[in-house]
This record gives sequence, C-alpha cells and structure tokens, in this order.
Amino acid sequence: MTTFRLDPFGDLSTEFNRVSDELNRVFGFRAAVGGPPVTLWTDADNVYVDADLPAIDPAKLDVTVTEGDQLSIQGERPAPEAKDSAWVRQERPYGKFARQITLPVLVDADKVVATYEHGVLKLVLPKSEAAKPRKITIK
Amino acid sequence: MTQTALRTKNCRPAVDETEAPRADVLESDHGFTVLVDLPGVLQGDVDVQFENGELTVVGQRKTAKFARTFRLNDQIAADKIEAELKDGVLHLTLPKIEAIKPRKIAVRG
Repeated sequence: MTTFRLDPFGDLSTEFNRVSDELNRVFGFRAAVGGPPVTLWTDADNVYVDADLPAIDPAKLDVTVTEGDQLSIQGERPAPEAKDSAWVRQERPYGKFARQITLPVLVDADKVVATYEHGVLKLVLPKSEAAKPRKITIK
Repeated sequence: MTQTALRTKNCRPAVDETEAPRADVLESDHGFTVLVDLPGVLQGDVDVQFENGELTVVGQRKTAKFARTFRLNDQIAADKIEAELKDGVLHLTLPKIEAIKPRKIAVRG
C-alpha cells in the first residue's frame, strides 16, 4: 500500500505563514481587520447583538443602522504600548475595524440601545412595528 | 464496572471543547506583561496559576471553557504576580526576581 502525505508542504506553509505574519507586524503591513466576532439573536420584540470588543473606548465606537436593517459597527483599537519591552508574542488585533451586518428583520433605528460592559458591546434593536409577529384572528 | 466507567468517560460529547484566547506577551528587564482578551468574562470566572515557570489562565466564557498556558521561565517572583481584569482584558504583571535583573556595575578606576 502506498502512503502519501495529503499536505506535503504543511509544516513549511505553517512556518511561512508565521514568518510572513512576523514580517507584516514588523513592517506595519497588517491584514485588514475583519471586525469583531458577533452573536445575534432575536425574540418577539427585539434583535440582540453582542460584539466582542475588549479594551475599546466606547466613545470612539461608531454604531449606525441604515435602511432599517443594515447595522454597521466601526472603531479603532489602539496599538498596545511596548515601552522598554520586547514582543514575545503578539496576537491581539489592533487598528481600525468595521463590521457590516444585515439584520434578519427591520428595526426601529431611533430606539436602539447600546451599552458597553466587560469588553462586550451589547445592542438591543427593537423590531419595527411592521416586522413584529401579528396574531391573526380567524373569523 | 471500572471498564464501563472508563468507557463512559471517554465517550463524553464534545461539550468540553476548550477555546484558546488571544494574548500578547511582552518582556522587559523587569519582567513579563501578559495581556489576554477575555471579552464578557467576569472576575469570578477566571483562574490564574503560576507553577514551574508556566502561567496558566483558565475559565468559563458563556458556554465554552477557555484555557491558555504560557511557558515563561522560573526566574519570576511568583509571590509578586499581579492580575487585573478590565474591559474584557486580563492584565498580568510578572516581575523577575531581583537577582537576575541586569545590573550596571560601576568600574572603579
């Protein structure tokens, strides 16, 4: 039986990625930040969005809802200070980020409530009246 | 009996999948600074341990467990390690023991 490796360059490619990440870090070419991980759920009245944004100044966050269902979260995470220190490991993303989400239903943009707690941005977006479930009485 | 117990233990569902949070590690002459992203984690949900030059951060976030181990070195003043959780980031300060800090030696003429 012949055995062969599915990914003969596996180790090399991992190593290449590591070196490439390191070069990007040193020379300041950073891959576009994909935006924060988001959890989204709904109930009868609201859409809820939790975005993981540790160590962000909430005053500098830009949250907008346009056309009733386009949610945008933009901001910038400051670069960590490395005064008199050398990096041993650098994994936490920094720089500008933007996340655009299409909500599952239309919301009332004027009544959105945003709070920032323990590094999580929590949004409560009330569903617009037209989008709420309606009980139909059968005649 | 023991066989069954073992088998049950090995067939646990994948509920206890563990996440590895992102971290920054900085080293200076005075010690190490470790920053771990733990958004949504409260003070009581995280444990920090230091043993044999290894720093371990474990805890629970929402429904998932997280764990991360950092191999630093054993030249850390274990009794002076400080940890603070702020805005979803765990800040750890690990000072080096005095004896190994670089010291400038004055040369007498």
